[in-house]
Amino acid sequence: MAAIAADFSAPVLPKWIAPVLLLAFAYGVVPLIGSSYLFEAILLPFLALGLAGVGLNILTGYAGQVSLGSAAFMAAGAFAAYNFNLRVEGLPLIGSIVLAGIVAASIGIVFGLPSLRLKGFYLAVSTLAAQFFVQWALTKFSWFSNNSASGVIDAPRLSIGGFALDGAVGRYLFALTIVSILTFLAYRLVSSQTGRNFIAIRDNETAARIIGIPVLKTKLLAFAISSFIIGVAGVIWAFAYLRTVEPDGFDLDRSFQILFIIIIGGLASIGGAFFGAALIVVFPLALSRLGGFLLGDVFDSGVLDMSQRIVLGALIILFLILEPDGLVALWDRVRRRLLFAWQST
Amino acid sequence: MTFLSTLKAAALSAAMIVSVALPSAHADEQYFPLQSYRVGPYAAGGTGFFGGFIDYLNLINIRDGGVNGVKLTWDECETQYEVERGVECYERQKSHAGAAAWNPLSVGIAYAMIDRIAADKVPLITVNHGRTDSTDGRVFPYVFPLLLNPYSETSGIVNYIASKEGGIDKLKGKKIVVLYHGSPYGKETIPIYELLAQKYGFAVQQIEVPHPGNEQQSQWLTIRRAKPDFVVLRGWGVMNPVALKTAVKVGYPVDHIVGNVWSNSEEDVIPAGDAAKGYTAITTQASGNSYPVVKEIVKTVYGAGKGNLEDKSRIGSVYHNLGIVNGILNVEAIRVAQEKFGHRTLTGDEVRWGFEHLKLDPAKVEALGAKDLFHSINVSWDNHEGEGYVTFQQWDGKKWNVVSDWIAPDWALLRPIIEKSAEAYAAEKGIKLRTADDANAVTTN
Repeated sequence: MAAIAADFSAPVLPKWIAPVLLLAFAYGVVPLIGSSYLFEAILLPFLALGLAGVGLNILTGYAGQVSLGSAAFMAAGAFAAYNFNLRVEGLPLIGSIVLAGIVAASIGIVFGLPSLRLKGFYLAVSTLAAQFFVQWALTKFSWFSNNSASGVIDAPRLSIGGFALDGAVGRYLFALTIVSILTFLAYRLVSSQTGRNFIAIRDNETAARIIGIPVLKTKLLAFAISSFIIGVAGVIWAFAYLRTVEPDGFDLDRSFQILFIIIIGGLASIGGAFFGAALIVVFPLALSRLGGFLLGDVFDSGVLDMSQRIVLGALIILFLILEPDGLVALWDRVRRRLLFAWQST
Repeated sequence: MTFLSTLKAAALSAAMIVSVALPSAHADEQYFPLQSYRVGPYAAGGTGFFGGFIDYLNLINIRDGGVNGVKLTWDECETQYEVERGVECYERQKSHAGAAAWNPLSVGIAYAMIDRIAADKVPLITVNHGRTDSTDGRVFPYVFPLLLNPYSETSGIVNYIASKEGGIDKLKGKKIVVLYHGSPYGKETIPIYELLAQKYGFAVQQIEVPHPGNEQQSQWLTIRRAKPDFVVLRGWGVMNPVALKTAVKVGYPVDHIVGNVWSNSEEDVIPAGDAAKGYTAITTQASGNSYPVVKEIVKTVYGAGKGNLEDKSRIGSVYHNLGIVNGILNVEAIRVAQEKFGHRTLTGDEVRWGFEHLKLDPAKVEALGAKDLFHSINVSWDNHEGEGYVTFQQWDGKKWNVVSDWIAPDWALLRPIIEKSAEAYAAEKGIKLRTADDANAVTTN
């Protein structure tokens, strides 16, 4: 399939055009035309979950290690950034975020150790340990939430170099910048030698070992990088989107949500994470507004919510049957057909 | 491809709906954004509370034609008690003009809204729950934990247990276990139980039940080993009946379990069956449908086929009555503000002023048809709770019976703790303490 894609797309445009145009649009146009609802309720959770999807895709999609601990790494990132910001005087926000990513990465390495022995479902179950342990620790030791009575932390004000980013647009640009940089780095990583090592281990671990790939080191590296990115996504979720955070916000449901994002979006694809996040975040909202708009007077909100779940579930099944490789493959197919039609005219 | 094109059409129409702004309020309408929850583990509380709230708003519209001619409007946005859904609903509903007050009935969502409503200047009502230190109006101008904040509730429960033991000095050497819901709401009272335990000399052990709480075997085995004199059930939703049933299983006597204000409804005891017989719980509003205001709702609202509860047997239940009381408080705050600013659609800040001057003494409560439904309220610019009274009710297997007088929590004891916590929050957030003059400066457009 990759060969077919190359046939059609190679002569038309260089590969970097689309992302650059998209970024130009996201930076140049969206802040001017978007409403606060667009930023606060759609784009911020989309960016945070999209980035978490990128992180998990490196681990699961490329390196083939299934993880159900994503929400735990998000929580670790969010609470670590909060504490660095609170307890280290004069540390700039970016510093707290990088350190938070490193904390999440080290937790990722610890819980990645079982991957050296376990595979597939067994590994997924063992990463559950991360999920429960991190949530338990954050609830148990109130030091993590600065002894706040409810265990809820308030996000600090966002500012970079004395420039306040408290408004909806500011937080959007903050999130967008971090997500763009990390996504770009992730993109470079998967097309590097390390990325190919990941894929080799995923496809055949024994063969990878025979051709001299250090399996142990590579797996742990995948866990570290993935957890770093997911941890930073947690910071965006807590600081830029919700602006408050409690450990229960990072429960197993969130881990599943991120896993579904990459499965629906497309495994082993950086763009797929964003397609999946769009479906998981934006689609239910569109559906709920459509339902409320058309039938809000007839049924109460509970009935509407239940029927939305049915519609969403049915659509996800349909998507996966029509395109098991995820939305990103669906998109590629549409694009190829359009290009083909354009070329043949 | 046909599937894709249908999808595209659906997406397009959805986008159109998102882009078409919500209809702007007509002249003389006051809007309530309701972040309700009718599905999920806490649906029983959500449907009862929002049902009662909507029923009362409907009563005012049908019977009086609104508040001084200003019609009350509302719409609902489903949160399932989840924080990020609540935030989405906030962003969705806030563009609607003429918003009076927010009533999310969820501590987690309320926490996420505190910064947002302060910027938008619309009151946030957390009746009977919420963040305790938001009682301090100097630091939280727009947050109102009306009637009963969690610390007052704790004080009320401890005083009640003391009265059962024969006086506050008899608490010395006793042991109380607090079984709390693993959520921001549940954890809110941990420090105050510790503090009261030190002050009165009883031992306290606080045990968490993870959300949603449908499995409590290990917690109750711990309780059986601890052999406490009383267990305080600080539950929510499905956690409560499970607690009562598990207590019977491990042989803990139900009449030594005292429920808090979110463990006091019919929905908490009926599913527990006989296990709940003799269980006592605190409340700010009595249950039952004999109160004039509840009767009027039955006649006027349900009579016109506009009642919100599907199951009419829930009329007058604890959550339904709390919704009605919450409706009374919201509507009366609007009335107070209208007397000051005119009979028209008010801004959020004007409604805030109304809440800060909301004083309903027992005579006024009787005039509203709510005598004995709740006692009274006395909100001021720096006391956003309003000195609500509590009472205790016991479940006899069929209905709740009031077993105590109206009791005042120990406000004088709690106020310094609340102020200290609020001031710490103000320092952390860089908030300047508000004065009475600041409270009288109202944004009117």
